[in-house]
Amino acid sequence: MVNFIIRRLMGMVPVLIGITLITFFVIHLSPGKPTRLQAEMSPKISLEAREKLDKLYGLDKPVHVQYWEWVKRLSVMDLGKSFVDERPVSEKIGERIPITIAINVLSLILIFLVAVPIGITSAVREGSAYDRISTVFVFIGFAMPTFWLALLLMSLFGVNLGWLPISGIKSIDFEDYNLLEKLLDLIRHLALPVFVSAFVGLAGISRYMRTSMLEILNKDFVRTARAKGLPEKQVIYKHALRNALLPIVTIIGLSVPGLIGGSVIFESIYAIPGMGKLFYDSVMARDYPVIMGVLFIGAVLTLIGNLIADVMYAYVDPRIRVSGR
Amino acid sequence: MRKFNRLTVFGFVVVAVMACAALFAPFITKHDPGAIDLQNGLMPPSAGHIMGTDSLGRDLFSRMVFGARISLSVGFVAVGISVVAGVIFGSVAGYYGGWIDSIISRFIDIMLCFPAFFLILATIAVLGPSIWNIMIIIGLTSWMGVARLIRAEILSLKEREFVEAARAIGASDFRIITRHLIPNGIGPVLVSATLGVAGAILTESGLSFLGLGVQPPVPSWGNILTEAKSTLGIAWWITVFPGLAILITVLGYNLLGEGLREHFNPHRKQ
Repeated sequence: MVNFIIRRLMGMVPVLIGITLITFFVIHLSPGKPTRLQAEMSPKISLEAREKLDKLYGLDKPVHVQYWEWVKRLSVMDLGKSFVDERPVSEKIGERIPITIAINVLSLILIFLVAVPIGITSAVREGSAYDRISTVFVFIGFAMPTFWLALLLMSLFGVNLGWLPISGIKSIDFEDYNLLEKLLDLIRHLALPVFVSAFVGLAGISRYMRTSMLEILNKDFVRTARAKGLPEKQVIYKHALRNALLPIVTIIGLSVPGLIGGSVIFESIYAIPGMGKLFYDSVMARDYPVIMGVLFIGAVLTLIGNLIADVMYAYVDPRIRVSGR
Repeated sequence: MRKFNRLTVFGFVVVAVMACAALFAPFITKHDPGAIDLQNGLMPPSAGHIMGTDSLGRDLFSRMVFGARISLSVGFVAVGISVVAGVIFGSVAGYYGGWIDSIISRFIDIMLCFPAFFLILATIAVLGPSIWNIMIIIGLTSWMGVARLIRAEILSLKEREFVEAARAIGASDFRIITRHLIPNGIGPVLVSATLGVAGAILTESGLSFLGLGVQPPVPSWGNILTEAKSTLGIAWWITVFPGLAILITVLGYNLLGEGLREHFNPHRKQ
C-alpha cells in the first residue's frame, strides 16, 4: 500500500510541473504587461514608476526567467501580493479555502447519501415507474443551469417564503449566539448553497450507480448467490453493492474539479466568502496574482482529490494495488 | 433501421424548434429586441408582449428569440473548435504512439486537472469577454474528452487490415489518418459533440450570467438572467423564461445525444 502511494506521488510530479506551466502561460497570454493595468488605475503614475513596478514583478526579464523565478517563489508558497489590497495572495486564499472545501465536502456527502440509494433502487427495479421517474430526474439534473436553480431557490425560500437567509454564511449577531444557535445559523445559511452545489453531481452519480449496479447484477457470482438460495437482500447489499460501489469512488474523485469550478457560481450568487467568490472578484478586478494563485490552487486541489480517490480505490480493491497500475 | 425511442424524438424536436427560432428570429417576433420603452418596463406577460418586458421595457420574447441565436451559435462554434482540436491531438497521439502519445496524454491529464470554469474565467480575465473569445476559450478548454475518444478508436483501428493495405500501396501518414482512420472513428465523437453543445450552452449561460460572457446589449439567455437577480420577487417572468429555455434546450441536446449513442451501440439490449 505504501509502495502504491509513493508511486502515485511520483507520478504527480510531472503533472504538477504541467499545471505551473499552463497557469503561467494563461496569465501571460495578455497582450500588455499585467502591471500596465495596475498603472492605468492610477493615471498619474510616471514612466519611471511603471518601470519600477515592472522590476518589482520581474516583468523586465525574459519569459523563461520570469517563469523560473515564479516557480521558485511558488515552492515556498509565496504567491505574490494582490494588486487590489497589497495583501499576500497565499493569505487571501488561505482564509477563503476552508469555506469552499467545507461546502464541497458537505455536498459530496449529500451526493453520496442520496445518489447511491437512488441508483441501487432504480437498478434493482429496472423499468419500473420508479426507475423511469428517477431517469427523468437525472436528465433534468444534467440539464439544469446551476445559477438558475440557485436563483429559483433563493426567490422561493429566501424572498417569497422568507424561511432561509439569502446571502453570507452567518448572521450579523452571530457572535452573541450560543453554540446550538450558531450551528443552526450556519445550517440555515449553508442549506441552499450545499443543495445547489450537490444537485448536478446528484444526477450524475445516481446514473453511474445505476449503470454500475445493473452491470454487476448480470454477473455470474450474483446468479450463483441467488442460485444457492440467499435472500435477495443479502445478494444485493452484500454481494452486488460492494462491487458496484468501486467505480463510484473514482467517479466521485473525478467530480472534484466540477465541484470546485461550480463554487464560483453559487458563491457569487449567495455571497459566500469562499475561494470561488474570491476568484470571481479577482477576475472582475483583473487582479492577476490572485487569479494565478487560485487557478494553481484549484488544480492542485483536484490533483489531491484524485489522489485520495485512487488511494481509496486501492484500499477497497486489492487487485489495483497488486497489479500496480 | 431500428426505431428511436420517444425521448430521443422529443430531444430532436426540441433541437429543431430551437434551431428554427434562432434562424428565423426576425420573422417570429414583431418587436425589436433592443427597442427601449421605459413607460412599459417590467410589464407581466400579455397579448402584446407574450413573455412580458424587462426593466427597460424591451420585449422579453424577442430578446429570448434573438438570444437563442447567440446561445446556439456559441454552443456550435465552441464545440466545432473542441472537436477539431480533439481530433487533431487524439489522432496524432493514437496513430504515432510512443513518446508523442505520452506527451499528448500527459497534456490531457494536466488540462483535466484544472477546474474548467476556473481556467475559462482566468483566460477571460486576461483576454476580455467577447462573443468570439468565449467561443474560442470554451472550445479550447473542452477538447480533452474528444481527444481521448478518437485516440482509443484509432488505437484499435490502426491494427486493422485496411490500414495495412493503405500503407502497402504507399499512402502517406497524413492520408491514412485523414482518409481512413478519422472517418471510421468519428462516430462516437459526433455523439459526444451533441452532448458537448449542451455543455457549451450551459457554460456560456453561466459566464454571461456572471457578466463575463456575452456582453449587453446583445441578448443571450444567460445575460437576460443577470437582470433576474435584481427583480427577484417583482418580475417572475424574467427569471422563469430564460432559465426554462436553457433547461429545455440543454435537455434536448442531451436526450438526442444519449439516443444516438444507444442507437449506434451494437451491444444494446433489444
